[in-house]
Amino acid sequence: MESITSLLSIALGAVLINNFVLSQFLGICPFMGVSKKVETALGMGMAVIFVMGVASAVNWPINEFVLKRFGLDGFLQTVTFILVIASLVQFVEMFLQKAMPSLYEALGVYLPLITTNCAVLGVVLQNAQKGYTFPEALTYGITGGVGFLIAIVLFASVRERMEFAKCPKSFEGFPIALVAASLISLAFMGFSGLKVW
Amino acid sequence: MNVKKQFFEGLITQNPVLVQLLGMCPILAITTSMFNGLGMGLSVMIILTCSNVVISALRKIIPNKVRIACYIVVIAGFVTMVDLLLKAFVPALSKSLGLFIPLIVVNCIILGRAEGFASKNGIGAAALDGIFQGFGNMVALTIMCIIREFLGAGTFGGGILNGGKGIQVLPPDSAALGMILPVGGFLTLGIFIAAVQYFMNKPKKNKEVAK
Repeated sequence: MESITSLLSIALGAVLINNFVLSQFLGICPFMGVSKKVETALGMGMAVIFVMGVASAVNWPINEFVLKRFGLDGFLQTVTFILVIASLVQFVEMFLQKAMPSLYEALGVYLPLITTNCAVLGVVLQNAQKGYTFPEALTYGITGGVGFLIAIVLFASVRERMEFAKCPKSFEGFPIALVAASLISLAFMGFSGLKVW
Repeated sequence: MNVKKQFFEGLITQNPVLVQLLGMCPILAITTSMFNGLGMGLSVMIILTCSNVVISALRKIIPNKVRIACYIVVIAGFVTMVDLLLKAFVPALSKSLGLFIPLIVVNCIILGRAEGFASKNGIGAAALDGIFQGFGNMVALTIMCIIREFLGAGTFGGGILNGGKGIQVLPPDSAALGMILPVGGFLTLGIFIAAVQYFMNKPKKNKEVAK
């Protein structure tokens, strides 16, 4: 029972309170880059959930049984994790292409881009820093991805509407999107201090 | 390659943050005090210069198909070195930047310059490019820090001047805490980039009128 409540509070924290994009500033590049349409944002969000979940699940045993055991976790963590993520993304891409072509088509160019998404490396490093157990790490990875999905879909729907809105010339495009992101982030600040248990 | 032209590209016309819009994560996350901004800017500059030199030296050896993975390993190696050096010699900076030091690995500025410049140019040009682009990034970071710190905490030079507390410019009561929080980060960067676009478009217009 104890562990389920702790998992739930990790999930709640990752989705709402410490949202990866809006309050931890991880994964801003895809958040800004791939949020012009709701559809593509949805695809990107799904891909991120998947990769973050798998990356957490794969990197946890590597960190625990290989790096820590041989005393390498002080200086090889970053290099190992990013290599694992890069090869994982490549592998997932090849696997999907063979096994689930429809999903592969839907995710398209977003898969390779995920390698340089700092939310993925961020979640793996945080798992190691906080000393999470395996179920906790997996939960944090998946729900972190869900938080990313919520943020990017909300933001994309706002941007779709802004296409037709008038705004000063120098604010067109990127700057006005940042201002909109600021307002969404303000809304998410309402969740801070939220505690269920 | 003209050194002067490269310098202006890095600082203004091709500024990595303000014009190329790369490396958004650190510029939003850590720009809350001048100490953070300078420290982050300097770390990125060192890593960018070193990785540019190594990648440029290896550009004929690295096979085209696995180049991105090779670049990432080189970059991750330098990031780890800087991370350990900061932990040893500047623990305060290491603590306040936290997770964002290892995350320099996935900073798009560094990978972007490796792919776009270092893999096509000689060692000398790549080193200069690293220094200038890193400098442009540092200037943008520091300006963001100064604005946000001034509005959010009412201080100047936090972490460096006045024994780490910074010089109190505004009375503490009048500071808007929101500017230090994520909200202020997005808002300041949006207005900052808009201002840069405004001033970059202006001289062009004047020239057209003159013609």
